[in-house]
Amino acid sequence: MQLFRAVLLRLATTAVTLSGVALIVFVVIRVVPGNPIAMMLPPGATDADIARLTAQYGLDKAIPEQFFIWASGVLHGDFGVSITARQPVLDLVLGRLPATLELSIMALVIACVLGGAAALTGTRGRGTGAEAAIDIANGVALSIPDFLWGLVLVLLFGVLMPVFHISGRVTPSLDLPFVTNFYLFESVARLRFDLWADIVSHMFLPALALAIPLAAIIGQLLKQSLKETMHLDYVTLARTKGYGENHVILREALRNAVLPTLTLVGVQFTFLIGGTVIIERLFSYEGPGEHGD
Amino acid sequence: MSFLQVNGLSARLRGAGVPLLRGVSLEVASGEVRGLVGESGAGKSMIGKAILGILPKAVEVTAGEILLDGMDLLVLPPRARRARIGATCALIPQDPLTALNPSRRIAPQIIDRLVDILGWDRGRALARAEELLGEVHIPDPVRVLRAYPHELSGGMRQRILIASAFAAEPKLIVADEPTTALDVTVQKQVLKLIAEMQARHGTALLFVTHDLGVVSKVCDRLSVLYAGLVVEDADVRSFFAAPRHAYSRALLAATPKHTDPAASLVPVPDAVIAAVQDEVAAVDRRARHG
Repeated sequence: MQLFRAVLLRLATTAVTLSGVALIVFVVIRVVPGNPIAMMLPPGATDADIARLTAQYGLDKAIPEQFFIWASGVLHGDFGVSITARQPVLDLVLGRLPATLELSIMALVIACVLGGAAALTGTRGRGTGAEAAIDIANGVALSIPDFLWGLVLVLLFGVLMPVFHISGRVTPSLDLPFVTNFYLFESVARLRFDLWADIVSHMFLPALALAIPLAAIIGQLLKQSLKETMHLDYVTLARTKGYGENHVILREALRNAVLPTLTLVGVQFTFLIGGTVIIERLFSYEGPGEHGD
Repeated sequence: MSFLQVNGLSARLRGAGVPLLRGVSLEVASGEVRGLVGESGAGKSMIGKAILGILPKAVEVTAGEILLDGMDLLVLPPRARRARIGATCALIPQDPLTALNPSRRIAPQIIDRLVDILGWDRGRALARAEELLGEVHIPDPVRVLRAYPHELSGGMRQRILIASAFAAEPKLIVADEPTTALDVTVQKQVLKLIAEMQARHGTALLFVTHDLGVVSKVCDRLSVLYAGLVVEDADVRSFFAAPRHAYSRALLAATPKHTDPAASLVPVPDAVIAAVQDEVAAVDRRARHG
């Protein structure tokens, strides 16, 4: 019951936040320079043409009125039509969102595995060269942005040692029986592991590029909390029971140390979904991020 | 021969070379309780930690031996040493609030050693845990075994830690100031409980404390420690009748009397401190010159 109320309250706050965000984004987009009508018409269009089209799109109305028209459309499930792609916005986003979601989830999984391994290795060898090496690796991984990692990975594993695909989401010649755009999940659900392998081979490098900086953050934070936990009394008590280092780290320390990292991963995942744009461009990976033109 | 025998144990801070233990020798026989008293920083806990193999990384043992049943722990490889300590020794920690893992239930924390190190099956270990909680007078052991530490009071948790220490029938238990973190009223019960469990199980008990009153109640013998040096090793009755060392006498005189709470505290006289410090310096000189 308490949980139900908490969820309800959170949903209510989300609605308020979303309306606020919608209002601000709408106003900012309309106020900044740049005229969508001018973009749509060829050079040399007459003033009459411009005025006609402006009126047709309702852009001659006051901004509050424009917002009201747009918002009532949204509430009825009509998100409007993209000016550049001339397709319904909802179809554009939903068509590509699965691709971005799959990429983000894969990046998150890779980041957790890499970061977790780094944290555990660093904790195991704390105070030795192993920890210093992990710290340096984390520093390097974090200070190079994901798109540069993308270029490095393309060069290494796409050009010098071509083991992964570096462009697209699947090999175009393959026949896809999918009904949804969640290729990765659907290929597993349909037990088409040949397709799955091809999809993973396309996803791996962009996901890895996104994952490397995130893995560094996870690794550094988790290692720090683990090291603090390793000094606590219950860990020492477990040592006197005859347990070795690995057991003590995994069973006594990890579960208590992982909480701050879990919080961070939750926050970072939302950034990840929003931050795939450049990487999707780089790898010509189809997703809403790629739809920038 | 005594189950635990520590001979000439010296330890120092790695790097800085500051001596922490200066040739400590003591023994605890099965069924015996030895008190280990001294001021803060005298090295009481350090001895317990050295025996249990949980010295901080910054501390290194430079000389001496720790014999468990005649076998020197310090020459064993780490894995064998851990296994031997785990199978024969146990710790009753100082602070019951931090010595239980907050994210694990009580039952696995009591039985993990029995199952993982001693190879018992789970059912038998659980039955044993239930029986032990009864022994430490915990009502409703079944519920407590399924609880998380935060659901239990400090006194309850210390009882659980005591039960857990006795779970594997260890030959030696190190109690590291086990009542310091508790309420005065609970302290007395816990002391009584430790004495009762020790007597029932016939365990050798090394009782680290700074409270001579506690020593007089539960210990058979005691070692007085100053700056990592054992200045007196005596049986409790003759110690309280007539301590031999000047520092011990001063320490005893400094103990507050419950019979006369209005009397002001007597500090250890400067002359006594100076004398014992000279003694420590002499030991260091001898150690340097071989």
